[in-house]
Amino acid sequence: MTTDLKKSVILHAGVVLALFVLQFVLPAYHHGNMARIMVLASYAIGYNLLFGYTGLLSLGHALFFAAGLYGAGLAMSQFGLSAGPALVIGVVAGVVIGAVVGGLALRTEGVAFMIVTLMFAQAGYLTILYFGAYTRGDEGFVIAQTERVLFGVDLSAPLVRYFAAFSLFCAAILTCFLAVKSRFGRVLVAIRENEERAAMLGYDVAKYKLGAVVLSAGLSALAGAGYALLFGYVGASFASVQYSIFPLLWVLLGGAGTVLGPLVGTVFMFYLIDLSSGLTTAYMLIAGLVLVVLTVFAPQGVMGEVRRRMWRWLP
Amino acid sequence: MDFGPYLMLAIMEGALTAAVLALTASGLALVFGVMRVVNVAHGEFFMLGAVLAWWVSQLAGGSPVWGFLLALCVVPLLVGVLAAAVDMTILKRINYDPERTIVATIGILYILQQVTLMTYGPEARPVAPPFNTRVALPWFEMSNGALQLYWPWGLSITSYKLFVIGAACVVLLGLWALMTQTKLGLLMRATEQDREMAHAFGIPVQRVYAIAFGLGAGMAALAAVLIVPIQQAHYLMGGDPLLLSFIVVIIGGLGSLPGAILAALLIGLSDGIISVFFSPTLAKIFATLLVAFVLVFRPNGLWGTRNS
Amino acid sequence: MSLLSASGISKQYNGLAALSDVSFDVPSGQVRALIGPNGAGKTTLVGVLSGRIPPSSGSVHFAGQDVTTWPAHKRISQGMGYTFQITSIFADLSVRENVALAARRHQKSAAVVDAMVEEALLKTGLWDRVDDIAGTLSYGHQRLLEIAMGLAQTPKLLILDEPTQGLTEGDVEAFKRLIKSLRGEITVLLIEHNMDVVMQLADVITVLEAGRVLFEGIPTDVKANALVRAAYLGGGDAET
Repeated sequence: MTTDLKKSVILHAGVVLALFVLQFVLPAYHHGNMARIMVLASYAIGYNLLFGYTGLLSLGHALFFAAGLYGAGLAMSQFGLSAGPALVIGVVAGVVIGAVVGGLALRTEGVAFMIVTLMFAQAGYLTILYFGAYTRGDEGFVIAQTERVLFGVDLSAPLVRYFAAFSLFCAAILTCFLAVKSRFGRVLVAIRENEERAAMLGYDVAKYKLGAVVLSAGLSALAGAGYALLFGYVGASFASVQYSIFPLLWVLLGGAGTVLGPLVGTVFMFYLIDLSSGLTTAYMLIAGLVLVVLTVFAPQGVMGEVRRRMWRWLP
Repeated sequence: MDFGPYLMLAIMEGALTAAVLALTASGLALVFGVMRVVNVAHGEFFMLGAVLAWWVSQLAGGSPVWGFLLALCVVPLLVGVLAAAVDMTILKRINYDPERTIVATIGILYILQQVTLMTYGPEARPVAPPFNTRVALPWFEMSNGALQLYWPWGLSITSYKLFVIGAACVVLLGLWALMTQTKLGLLMRATEQDREMAHAFGIPVQRVYAIAFGLGAGMAALAAVLIVPIQQAHYLMGGDPLLLSFIVVIIGGLGSLPGAILAALLIGLSDGIISVFFSPTLAKIFATLLVAFVLVFRPNGLWGTRNS
Repeated sequence: MSLLSASGISKQYNGLAALSDVSFDVPSGQVRALIGPNGAGKTTLVGVLSGRIPPSSGSVHFAGQDVTTWPAHKRISQGMGYTFQITSIFADLSVRENVALAARRHQKSAAVVDAMVEEALLKTGLWDRVDDIAGTLSYGHQRLLEIAMGLAQTPKLLILDEPTQGLTEGDVEAFKRLIKSLRGEITVLLIEHNMDVVMQLADVITVLEAGRVLFEGIPTDVKANALVRAAYLGGGDAET
């Protein structure tokens, strides 16, 4: 057990270290991409906590990402708050919405849960469009560079931005790692594996599932708020169905229920779409193909296969 | 226009929406009922129907009547065969697992939509209606204590719209006859009741599934062929019918055909009326929340049709 | 002072009575067996006791508290252990994690949990399988794992629903030894078909038939009772 723990700590610390070193060697284009990928991967990590570890498939996580994005963005654009408090407001918005949506959606299960989360997210997206006077709808709004300052540092400067994205990612992956190793995370896995048994071991399953939704929503909102601050753009497309499908796609590809899976999946998918959008406007075709191929042939994803074939200790 | 004729107009438009929606949604309900899976790509089969209808009517050339009739016969068949092929190559492999089917059909949604974008392009294209005369509708007023009919300005519907409403009724009756009067319908209902048992009794469950999936998609394509002379064909047009069909199927009680048709009437009529008086975005917000709350608090549909 | 007491339990399904006015008490430390022919209402009764099925009327008291309206997980966290009739384990997790999940609910310390896992697995003879994936165990071993999970909860009352069903003779012997070794430590409610097991293990037997308590007594009395014989032999005029 302890040697397994040691191995996984070394592996994850190594990946984090590699990401840190990468900023000094990457050319400018990929440097910017990696910053974006780390923020999106944090979103995927949040998604994975619910989908991969608890076994709850949500089709509405864009709602939580957008809660962070708009929570932080509107706090700055409408109320003139500075970056720090805006970030906090974004996360709080995600947690509150997560608690409400979770409380309602968890009364259902399976397919109904998927549809209910989808519908709530769609209602959120439409609400953003409806209040176009403040949100500027599909077009979105830009947060001025002079506003994007945290602790006196300009977040829009490339090196700072990379480091900020890296810090966000570290926070997300550490939260995930600790959660998965904790008693809480192990109960979530138990619920995923056999919900009835978990209840008959005396665990209050409903409470744990709600906790998982809230934690997952909070992490997603953190990523959303971080995205607003680092890239200075807030738009309704981030609240659309597509942004609920993306984390599912990243996590499925990277390996659901693995700590590193979300990062692996996000990197792969980001570059696949980046490369193909140079060739065609129909770049979402790639996403569709990958989804079908994964569900049919490799439901475990990349890291899931690694765990199955080589490293059984992989958390 | 006075309120009365205005409402009448809204109801006529609502009846059209309801007719098309009932066709589309009963396809989704059929698939869910028989196979217990949710086809998220349903709206794309609708879109494909519209785009193919444009294509067929271009090929046919000449009078729009011939193009339209050809599309009406060929397009649902093409789409149905494509859907059956999707069923046999993809859904069968994942053993119709409900959650994985949703993920796979999301993938299929993107594939169909993006391939259409690559081939058909991003333009919205119209299809000429086979006939399109304006039919003025009468209204009544009280004058000197007596009821009088008159034809208010602007209160009219086209003959084509009336045809769509009529055609939808005929097709739905046909579907009802298929499900209740034929052997295929019997097989589908038996499979719906109990898949294992149906298999044990020698029903070719796999073939029934492929047919049901194809039939469901064909219904969506048929609805699209009917609507495309009114609404142009576009590669992103599948979103709304999908959402509305979802609403209808869920409110009508998952998988229940009569429930779905009743709900289509309700939603179609109220959609026509609501969007005349309210912002369409607000109407959609209410509709999506309605679906969510029905699933949470009334999982068997608003009128609780039990369908185990 | 009884640990578990059910009074006046009735349960109807669509108007059909599965249980009618069932009352019984299990004192602390006793091994109680619940027997009865198929359809007698054993499974329903156990469901009502453990909180998986709400009764139509009647009340359940456990460890001095009225638990009638409590959900299952709350009863279990108060010391009611339950093993499933149809094996219900975490098939994709290791044997260790299966048992640890049971222990961890009431124990915060990782070291204590490890010790409890070892103890429960040693008692059930599964210690050499500790790192196996639970789903790869043989059926008999999965049944034993169920019991190990029950033990690791350190329950005041352990409800065993048909624990020997499908076990080989050797496994049944091991099971009997295990329960005998627990005698006095915990209270056991045993739902069992195998009369040999029941006669050897139970202090008191409650016989259920057609949703009612037919008889209650020590094994020898049960064996001698004409009503019980009639119920088990099927038909026969028991009323004399």
